[in-house]
Amino acid sequence: MSSFLQILASGLVLGCIYILLAIGLTMVYGILQILHIAHAAVYTIGAAVGLGVFNLTGNFWLSLPVAMVAGGITGVLIYLGVYRKILDAPRIVPLITSIGLFMVAQDLLQKKWLLGPYMHAFPAQVGLPALRTPYLNLTSNEVLILTLTFLLLLAVYLIMNRTKIGLGWRASAQDRDMAAALGVNINQVIALNFLIGSILAAAAGVLVGVYYNKVFATMGDVPSYKAFVIIVLGGLGNIPGTILAGFILALAETFLVATVGFVLPRDAIAFLVLILVLMFRPKGLLGGS
Amino acid sequence: MFGQYFITILILCGIWAVLTLSLNILTGYAGQVSLGHAAFFGIGAYTSALLTTRYSWSFWPAFLASIIITGLVGGFLGLPSLRVRHDFLVLATMGINFVMVGIFKYVDFFGGAMGIINIPKPSLWGIVFRGEKFLLLVLVYLAFTLWLCYYLSRRWAGLALRAVKSDEDAAEVCGISVARFKIYAFIISGALAGGAGSLYAHFLGSIFPDHFAFAESIVILSMLVFGGIGTIRGALLGAFLLKALPEYLRVVGDYRYTLYGGILVLMMLFQPMGIIGDKSWLWEKINAWLGRR
Repeated sequence: MSSFLQILASGLVLGCIYILLAIGLTMVYGILQILHIAHAAVYTIGAAVGLGVFNLTGNFWLSLPVAMVAGGITGVLIYLGVYRKILDAPRIVPLITSIGLFMVAQDLLQKKWLLGPYMHAFPAQVGLPALRTPYLNLTSNEVLILTLTFLLLLAVYLIMNRTKIGLGWRASAQDRDMAAALGVNINQVIALNFLIGSILAAAAGVLVGVYYNKVFATMGDVPSYKAFVIIVLGGLGNIPGTILAGFILALAETFLVATVGFVLPRDAIAFLVLILVLMFRPKGLLGGS
Repeated sequence: MFGQYFITILILCGIWAVLTLSLNILTGYAGQVSLGHAAFFGIGAYTSALLTTRYSWSFWPAFLASIIITGLVGGFLGLPSLRVRHDFLVLATMGINFVMVGIFKYVDFFGGAMGIINIPKPSLWGIVFRGEKFLLLVLVYLAFTLWLCYYLSRRWAGLALRAVKSDEDAAEVCGISVARFKIYAFIISGALAGGAGSLYAHFLGSIFPDHFAFAESIVILSMLVFGGIGTIRGALLGAFLLKALPEYLRVVGDYRYTLYGGILVLMMLFQPMGIIGDKSWLWEKINAWLGRR
């Protein structure tokens, strides 16, 4: 029983990280129908900035918000500088652009004057209490990830459902041109969309860095790929679906690895899930028929 | 006549030209964007390397086997493209690449992270192919690829592929089996890339999983985008220029992925048809200058 709960908990922690990364992707897809591959770069930049600030000040609670702000700014700049110019082009154009951006960011991060080709430790002391019960132990990092994800998701929910700009977002996701005709400031809505998504991605980057105690230039590769699987699974542009799918994938991975062991490389599970979903439910688990 | 270094670079350019041309069949003709082309490259390389080192086949049957096997795998991996379009296919191909590298890395049969070493050079009647002779082999294969691309673009099959690219529903209404031609494109594209992989393995003598990683898929795509998607001349120019440039310019070599990525972004923003693709600025100028049109 205790080991079941323990596996469940570590699956949930992993799911939180996937979700933080995937929400931005699904939001961008919902409103622009772009597969925002460069989102992974924002995640890594978040982790790198967080690590940089932590190394300078030694204060985790300062490095987290700074990284989130830096990630948010990066995301908005990507939209204003690049995507905004090609919104009406055929869909292959923003896709290839996004791949190019990701490639440039990752290559530059690997240079010696940034992260370099090494692993960096991120030995931050979070200072939250650890949870110790007879059935379940959570480290203070795990407590941090679970609480912070909950708070951030709550904030996104409130923005989406309780503010005027959230209303504008939902209208734009249904029909961008119609929303624009009805007076929604599309540009502002999309920029905000990138801001929120990128802030979450940067937070995910910092959390992963602290949780696994490492930050490196290519850390975005596999998680971002999994985030894509999750948004397909959740039905593209569907935020609740994405949250559900994030937990499902993380739990599936954690339980399969814990019970069956390494039959396949762990990362291949996400791929098999993707192929199965694409073949049998192309609109995602919660998607319409 | 030429220095060894020059010949090496020509060989690499030739192999990457085949890769770019084969991606062009899939992406340029049939309109199926693939971010996993390096996976086909890798499957071809590993097939040939394993057959020659573990089972002591000679190069020639191993070369043919890697073409056939990669073609079959290509057709199989093309199956998702029947259900999903555009962006989703991109994700599926990207995943193929990750999984392939994962399998090469973690399954002992494929040599793990240490790769496969001591892959023999091709030989025929006592002549060992190295240096210029290997270049000749690569050029023959490139010529075959060029002929196949040209043939496809002139034949009904090429027309059918283009119809699939521009509008699948309309193509289906006109009696073109979209599914069949998509799978054909995947098979041909995969098979050609597999042959390139075999040549690469026997040229280097040792291969490692990371040679065939996702980043290499992007490199191939950026060569195609740079030259001009859908054109044979564009694919050739893109491959030769972008493969040779980082070798000769040290600064570019250190930042080669920044270069490849930057090219993708800038081309998409300013010249989405490529440098010498149809309707690109430069190609229009050249045509005007030649007095055509």
